[in-house]
Amino acid sequence: MTDEVGYLKAQLEEKEKDIVALKNKLAHLEKSNASVLELYEKVTPLTPLKAKASLSNEDIMRYSRQLLLPELGVQGQLNLSKTSVLVVGCGGLGCPLAQYLAAAGIGRLGLLDYDEVELSNLHRQVLHGEENQDQAKALSAANAIKRLNSTVECIPYHLQLSSENALQLIQQYDIVADCSDNVPTRYLVNDACVLSGKPLVSASALRMEGQLTVYNYHGGPCYRCLYPVPPPSETVTNCSDGGVLGVVPGIMGCFQALEVLKIASGQGSSCGQQLVMFDAQDARFRSIKLRPKQAGCAVCGENPSVTRLVDYEAFCGSAATDKCRKLNLLSRDQRITVQDYKSIMDTAEPHLLLDVRPLVEVDICHLPTSLNIPLSSLEYRKSEHIQLLQESISQLKQQMEGDCRPPVYVICKMGNDSQKAVQVMEKMSGSEVDSITVKDISGGLMAWAKRIDPTFPQY
Amino acid sequence: MAAPVAIHLEFGGGAELLFNGVKDHHVTLPSQPDPWDVKQLLVWIQQNLLKERPELFVQGDSVRPGILVLINDADWELMGELEYQLQDQDNVVFISTLHGG
Ligand SMILES: [Zn+2]
Repeated sequence: MTDEVGYLKAQLEEKEKDIVALKNKLAHLEKSNASVLELYEKVTPLTPLKAKASLSNEDIMRYSRQLLLPELGVQGQLNLSKTSVLVVGCGGLGCPLAQYLAAAGIGRLGLLDYDEVELSNLHRQVLHGEENQDQAKALSAANAIKRLNSTVECIPYHLQLSSENALQLIQQYDIVADCSDNVPTRYLVNDACVLSGKPLVSASALRMEGQLTVYNYHGGPCYRCLYPVPPPSETVTNCSDGGVLGVVPGIMGCFQALEVLKIASGQGSSCGQQLVMFDAQDARFRSIKLRPKQAGCAVCGENPSVTRLVDYEAFCGSAATDKCRKLNLLSRDQRITVQDYKSIMDTAEPHLLLDVRPLVEVDICHLPTSLNIPLSSLEYRKSEHIQLLQESISQLKQQMEGDCRPPVYVICKMGNDSQKAVQVMEKMSGSEVDSITVKDISGGLMAWAKRIDPTFPQY
Repeated sequence: MAAPVAIHLEFGGGAELLFNGVKDHHVTLPSQPDPWDVKQLLVWIQQNLLKERPELFVQGDSVRPGILVLINDADWELMGELEYQLQDQDNVVFISTLHGG
């Protein structure tokens, strides 16, 4: 009898626990459903961020480990909660930046990106997951941030920052973080920050290096003070061309988060007239004292010539994306398609296939019969490579028996470098090497993978 | 005659790719009638270290836009830019600005 009573009591207790768990689960689901994020396709006015009078018990527990720092304290935490930050670019820099700002309790995060998540982003853009492919990066990042800290107000913008919308957008935020990946956007963000008086925490990363500076801050220089003239577009390398180790923008994005948090909490940044350079190969940070604000600066100087936003793609001579642009350097009869090359291969027509990519890319994938001489070796006339090329051409000439001009087909990844190589080789033909007929394979190996051989890797 | 000047040249941010990927160069500028300045150093680099495609490094008698010059860990603008007179054991860095993210 007593056994049965005890058993029933235990059962009841168990069921009550289940009910509590189910109720919690339901409440949690209802809460997260209620906060389904809306994606902004254009800039709209935001309600001002309200200052908290004090920290709640939940706030105190959540932020306790940083509240203990005298550098931050309760006032610093309250300052964070009333600060809004615009993150321009939700990529390799923007992801860790947004993550740490949200974790630390920033009030509002504007997350801007025009792009969608791709598989090749995931090694560095750590807020996005496999299931987010093809989703707007801004939305994917905002959802990840919401899971981390639901008290942070997130506004995902799926749009291209432009001269038309940048001022209206930036005016609504307290601090701007430039996490973009191209030159025109960097000038646009700078000018918009100067014109609206906002501090700009700017970082960049490529290969194994990173750079960081806070512009337009406490009377310090702006981006244009340092770089009055944009670099020639052919000297600019993006991450999809040059490569980048994911942790490098990770470190720089975290560094950006640090400077944003110092400014937002009221401690202030010491990077206002300073360039921090990070060399991941040597594991070395280096701080450089920069020039002060320049009296002759076109946007922040004494007599500015830039008083409203201009056409930044025209100013920089390049597009505001990090996508590779397609060059068109050759005439139609200097180019063949991948289909043309397939039939040349199939009919075993004597020819030389020259792959002009760097060795590191040839290691990733290549066509079996190709000879590899990187474009730079051709441009610099590296003697061992020119000799190798000449030998291959001579062999081909013997094989063809006759005083013809042996055909050389040049291939690269996308069909840009191969065109440059054709131009270089046309100059060499008949002088540095035997006379040849040289043509480019339009669209390169990526076109080959798309149209001819679907098993060929894409990168 | 000014004595030879031994300096440490560094290239970074991708500028090293113009110098066979070598970041560090310890060089000695030979003795010459006048003291070495940065303007002359740029000519010396073109003649001795950079054999091809100078347009990716220099423009006119200065560096091309997008390359920052640092002398002894300070922006060269603070040091007199092209007119700065090089001292023995100076450290001169040429850093290409990064734009990726
Ligand atoms: Zn300025």
